[in-house]
Amino acid sequence: MEIQKQKKDTTLVITVKGRLDALSAPDFEKDLLETIAQGEKKLLLDLSDLQYISSAGLRSFLILAKKLKAEQGEILFCGLKGPVAEVFKISGFYSIFKIFDTQEEAFQD
Amino acid sequence: MPILLEIVLPATLENLPVFLEGLTNCARDQGFPPKKISDLELALEEALVNVINYAYPESKGDVSVCCRMDPPNLIIEIIDSGLPFNPLSKDDPDLLLDLDERKIGGYGVFLIKTLIDEVTYQRENNQNILTLIVYPT
Repeated sequence: MEIQKQKKDTTLVITVKGRLDALSAPDFEKDLLETIAQGEKKLLLDLSDLQYISSAGLRSFLILAKKLKAEQGEILFCGLKGPVAEVFKISGFYSIFKIFDTQEEAFQD
Repeated sequence: MPILLEIVLPATLENLPVFLEGLTNCARDQGFPPKKISDLELALEEALVNVINYAYPESKGDVSVCCRMDPPNLIIEIIDSGLPFNPLSKDDPDLLLDLDERKIGGYGVFLIKTLIDEVTYQRENNQNILTLIVYPT
């Protein structure tokens, strides 16, 4: 798992690459909780290069989303494909998150 | 039904990749399509992480994964000697709840049940036996 962050206006775009599984999710979650603690309120997670996600990754997303919501922030997603999109669908995440095809579409929101 | 692969290792997170690699290679060797193999990989992670996290709260123990063919299906048994736990008895997450009401857990077993064609649980000889049956298509 690899994370890249880039600030665009008031949104922090976070690109997550590789695998978000039981091994990598704790590090991912810790990193992003620190980012939120530093005052970032709007996160856009670009998952176009995420190849694999398990329930450990879903759990991290829910923890981050709840944390952000409590601080009047927001988490958005874009670029989901293949198995990642399928896991989101099975878990009913499309009804609780704003999910866009591309970063550009997320910024038009 | 000869055994194609059996891996027995301590139930620790660091051993997870060994199980996943062995089992996905086994399914690939049997000619299973990529989608079936990726579904199996995810289901195996979920099943094994449950054993790793909950089966042996006060001691260390092994988990065994055994793979064989019951043509044309692939049969995978995940066996531990830990606390009795039937993952299939857990309630499915309520997908109609909004973010505030959603629990952060409970998705792993739901993914197993959704992605794998047949899943059964037995408690036998003080062992938990979770069996995944994967159809070829």
